[in-house]
Amino acid sequence: MTAVLTNLFDGVAYGMLLFVLACGLAVTLGLMNFVNLAHGAFAMAGGYVCAVLVNKSGWPFFAALPLAFVASAMIGAALERTLYRHLYTRSHLDQVLFSIGLVFMSVAAVDYIMGSSRIFIKLPQVLEGQFDVFGVGIGRYRLMIVLICGLLTVLLQLVLAKTRFGSRLRAAVDDPRAASGLGINVPQVFAFTFAFGCGLAGLGGALSAEILGLDPYFPLKFMIYFLIVVTVGGSSSITGPFLASLLLGIGDVAGKYYVPKMGPFVIYTIMIVILIWRPNGLFGRTAAR
Amino acid sequence: MTTNVQSDVAYHARQHGRWHWSEFAYWIAVLAVGLAFPSRYLIMTEIVRLALFALSLDLILGYAGIVSLGHAAFFGVGAYCAGLLSAHGLIDEPLLALIVSGVAAMVLGFVTSFLVIRGADLTRLMVTLGIALLLEALAERFSNITGGTDGLQGIDIKPLLGLFEFDMFGRTGFFYALAVLFVLFLLARRIVHSPFGLSLRAIKNNPLRAAAIGIPVNRRLIAIYTVAAFYAGIAGALFTQTTALASLDVFAFDKSADLMLVLVIGGAGYLYGGLIGALVFRMLQEVFQTITPQYWMFWIGLVLVVIVLVGRQRIHAAALFVPNLILKQLAGRKAVVALSDNEAP
Repeated sequence: MTAVLTNLFDGVAYGMLLFVLACGLAVTLGLMNFVNLAHGAFAMAGGYVCAVLVNKSGWPFFAALPLAFVASAMIGAALERTLYRHLYTRSHLDQVLFSIGLVFMSVAAVDYIMGSSRIFIKLPQVLEGQFDVFGVGIGRYRLMIVLICGLLTVLLQLVLAKTRFGSRLRAAVDDPRAASGLGINVPQVFAFTFAFGCGLAGLGGALSAEILGLDPYFPLKFMIYFLIVVTVGGSSSITGPFLASLLLGIGDVAGKYYVPKMGPFVIYTIMIVILIWRPNGLFGRTAAR
Repeated sequence: MTTNVQSDVAYHARQHGRWHWSEFAYWIAVLAVGLAFPSRYLIMTEIVRLALFALSLDLILGYAGIVSLGHAAFFGVGAYCAGLLSAHGLIDEPLLALIVSGVAAMVLGFVTSFLVIRGADLTRLMVTLGIALLLEALAERFSNITGGTDGLQGIDIKPLLGLFEFDMFGRTGFFYALAVLFVLFLLARRIVHSPFGLSLRAIKNNPLRAAAIGIPVNRRLIAIYTVAAFYAGIAGALFTQTTALASLDVFAFDKSADLMLVLVIGGAGYLYGGLIGALVFRMLQEVFQTITPQYWMFWIGLVLVVIVLVGRQRIHAAALFVPNLILKQLAGRKAVVALSDNEAP
């Protein structure tokens, strides 16, 4: 019984991590209808920035995390302004080709700069080991992930639902023409959202070095997971992708634990079945314009 | 009136389907190159194989407008099928094994086509990608059959038709692959210039309108997807037969992505795109590998990004500028080569 609960907890932590990694993609892919397969590259950038700061420059882990966010957000903003914005109106095929090209470049560049082996981030003492709660083993690191990601989710939901920026974004997504007619600077809103999503991915990348493993092939390996979160979750709200990531996280951990050899098989089958059954995602619509 | 229009359409379709003299020149040049560089059979075989694979993607992407990120699935099935047939000595004749492998991939293509025709671009991308990943996971799971990451052991390809031994210089392999490519190219050419092929183009341009004029959209898409799967399966089987290798790599995502690049370089929707693209891609790869052996992926990525940013149409126009200038001088304005303007969905 306790093993089940421990697995459940690990699954939740994994799922929350996936959510932080993928929710930026939920905006670009789901709302802006841009197929950005290179989302994982921004996550990897954040992870490597954090690793360099902690391992080489001796920064404390908790100080390096915000820096990972900022670095990825800045890279995202720069690329959005220079390259991505030209492609919003292009065909999906063009977007796919472009973002695959970016993935290839990032993989080779990181391989060149940092080497091809998996890297680890030195964790502070506080985060190591686990403790028991009524016999259920809870990893400290995973607990921290659940806390951080939970807070972020609540924050995101509040920003989207309550703030002026949130309503501007929703308006820009619903109908860009009408929104710009009302004086909303749509490209700016999109650019800011894109950069913020990349930043979140970078933060997720830094957090995931311990759990998912960080190496130059990260963007390729986890591309499918991000896509699953978005396509299964839909994008009408934050809750869709959030529930989808939790499902995926718990399913993946449980799959690896109980049917170790069939793990990935189960995930892909479920994804295909859901896509066939509900092409617009389990929870609501995607903006199929 | 109707018969008039019909015969008019038929006339233009026939004109369009005629062999242009440049096509003869192309195939003669290919054969000449094959005979002229006997020391380069291995790499030329690779190009021919890639060309066939790209031809397969061209059929669904260039003519039917189906974007696929998982075309390696069929390549892989063909490759493993040919490998298993040979390793267990089930079918010794390579040509027969080739066709059986193609049919195996075709069956998979037929079954999965029902999943692919549902939904829009994005769903298609995900489903095709998912199917390829699924097969990769399966091949890894049943590594006792497939050999897992080590690859399939004990593939021994018997002489072709009992006459031509597969030699280590790849001479037989090359001419075998070239012959297969040529035959399948003829078939593809026949398909795309038939009424069936024209209806595919109509579907690509506007599925709704195509349905309105009475084209059974879904059935046509299923048919062409199945045919394309057959082609990809044959390409995979050729890979196994000419290299005596089959490993998990055949399902890899990179393979599908590279294939897209091949087709984008060559241009989709006129059949020769894959053939030319394969040559250019392989040469690019060779150049990049000599500059930076380990990091050629970076340059391939850069090529993709640049192609998309500059615009595929513009690049092709630029590439055709000089040849067209020469052609204009030699054969007048009519001989100018141009790509169809409705390239991609």
